[in-house]
Amino acid sequence: MIELRNLVKRYGSHLAVDHLNLTIEEGKIYGFLGPNGAGKSTTMNMMTGYLSPTEGEIIINGHDILEEPEEAKKCIGYLPEQPPVYMDMTVTEYLNFCAGLKNVPKDKRAAQIESVIHMTRLDGVEGRLIHNLSKGYRQRVGLAQAILGFPPIIILDEPTVGLDPKQIIEIRDLIRQLSEKHTVILSSHILSEVQEICDQIIIISHGKLIANDSADHLETHLKGSAVLQLTLQADAEDTGDLLNLVSGVTVQELNENDDGTTTALVEMEPGSDPRADIFFTFARAKKAILEMTVQTASLEDVFLELTEDGGIPAKSAPAASEAPAEPEPGWELEEESEEGGTD
Amino acid sequence: MKAIYKRELSSYFNNMIAPVCIAFLMAVVGLYFMAYNLYSGDPSFADALSASLFIFLVVIPILTMRSMAEDRRSRTDQLLLTAPITVTKVVLGKFFALLTVYAIPCVLFCFCPVIIKLASGSSGQVYWATDYATLLAFFLLGALYLSIGLLISSTTESQILSAVGTFAALFILYMWSSIVDFLPTNAIGNLAATIFILALLCLLLDSLTSSPKITAGVGVVGLAAIVITYIADSSLYESLLVNVLGKFSVSEVISSFASDQIFDVAGLLLYVSLTALCLFLTVQVIQRRRWN
Repeated sequence: MIELRNLVKRYGSHLAVDHLNLTIEEGKIYGFLGPNGAGKSTTMNMMTGYLSPTEGEIIINGHDILEEPEEAKKCIGYLPEQPPVYMDMTVTEYLNFCAGLKNVPKDKRAAQIESVIHMTRLDGVEGRLIHNLSKGYRQRVGLAQAILGFPPIIILDEPTVGLDPKQIIEIRDLIRQLSEKHTVILSSHILSEVQEICDQIIIISHGKLIANDSADHLETHLKGSAVLQLTLQADAEDTGDLLNLVSGVTVQELNENDDGTTTALVEMEPGSDPRADIFFTFARAKKAILEMTVQTASLEDVFLELTEDGGIPAKSAPAASEAPAEPEPGWELEEESEEGGTD
Repeated sequence: MKAIYKRELSSYFNNMIAPVCIAFLMAVVGLYFMAYNLYSGDPSFADALSASLFIFLVVIPILTMRSMAEDRRSRTDQLLLTAPITVTKVVLGKFFALLTVYAIPCVLFCFCPVIIKLASGSSGQVYWATDYATLLAFFLLGALYLSIGLLISSTTESQILSAVGTFAALFILYMWSSIVDFLPTNAIGNLAATIFILALLCLLLDSLTSSPKITAGVGVVGLAAIVITYIADSSLYESLLVNVLGKFSVSEVISSFASDQIFDVAGLLLYVSLTALCLFLTVQVIQRRRWN
């Protein structure tokens, strides 16, 4: 569907996008995730032909964006960060203009405009000047423009920024609805949003691809290296001995508290659940387990850590700190992705 | 292109820019028409037209200032440049919308010779051919000025800068023949000026191509050619600039139509080709920005 090959964008000496390789497949919702200034908007602007890459190629449905711009652009509907609306037009006038720009056949225009107005819930404001609409409505007009012509690929740059929670939910529902027939690519710096709607998460930092995996996969991966926190009525030595009897766990940390209890952090082997074993082992030794909690590093932690300079491990995610060191098949680290993109 | 043309045109009328500019143009030309033709008894409408050329200095910057600059400021250029349409079509759509606004008063001016005929009665003489030929030149000159305004508007995000820049450019063109008279006529002065122009061209080339090699190549070859011809025959350089630059005096063309009653085909071709050059450069300016 879309292929980015070795994409580079330089602004003077600043490297905004650094040798990015990416393949976007049909029928999924993709989430571009990265902190502000990571190169998300620049990448999207290049994919839509607004900016030209310094190096590299962008192939959209088999058309190179530089060599066959018109063919390639026909496949894309784009909502930039700031909705590109003309303030001096009414919603209907504006959508009519966009339909003309996109060469929507004249006999289909009225019907298409009506359906996108309905989809983006603009009913009732069609006749109003865009100048007089609120930010949320302008965003929806921008979205309506992107959907118009029903292109196979819809690219949305931070579609929910500046909207109130109710509008955010509406837009998310709309994006889900769109993904039934279109490939949707959206960007965000809010992880929970991407996690909620996207099938595939692409994490970008400093213009580099850091991770490209499905949301499910990322979570499974994290579950595999989860950590168990225990509070036990025993001293540190006993706790250590007992835990060593249980298979599938590695003791990470033992702290004896002032009240005679011990707090232990135990790493679980991927795919195993040693909680029952631990319970019975301690029960047989007549040591009470006061507390037992599974700590799963949230996607947020991984995101923070991955996008941080030098990969300093986030404190709250002991498990996640292991992730870059031992990549699983699902993980595409930067070096691997470069090979993956060229074949 | 049609969509952009229609949008621009309706936007000029919704914003009142078009009605105000048309009214102003009509008022000024109408004043000269009244003073020259109706009161003083000059039967040639061409004289009134060539006397009111200064009006372009005011009307053209106002008409063109927002055409490209506003799109950049409000980010609607993202819509236009990501739509399945070429930049040339975007520029042409905008240019033809401007041209349409400007054509409205020009069509209305077509009635002026008829009014002269009616006012002067059966004995009066009307220079039909001169009047309409001058009006054609007036229209094409306006088209050229519009394309200059469009080009300047595409280089900035600020409407004010665009308007001031266009005013400056049009003022220089308006005063062109007087400015050319100040140029040196001796050979060595012309040599220096030619080299200076070459340097300017190289700067322009460098900013358009961003390729130091091409710029250096053109610069070196050009400099060598200039110096060699100067050594071979320095008399070639006498009054060179005055002769060459004098040819680009665009407002002179109108006076040869109006006063000398010459149908100056070369002058009209100059207008049309300079207009095309400005539109081409506008497209290049927009294309180039995408590579920055």
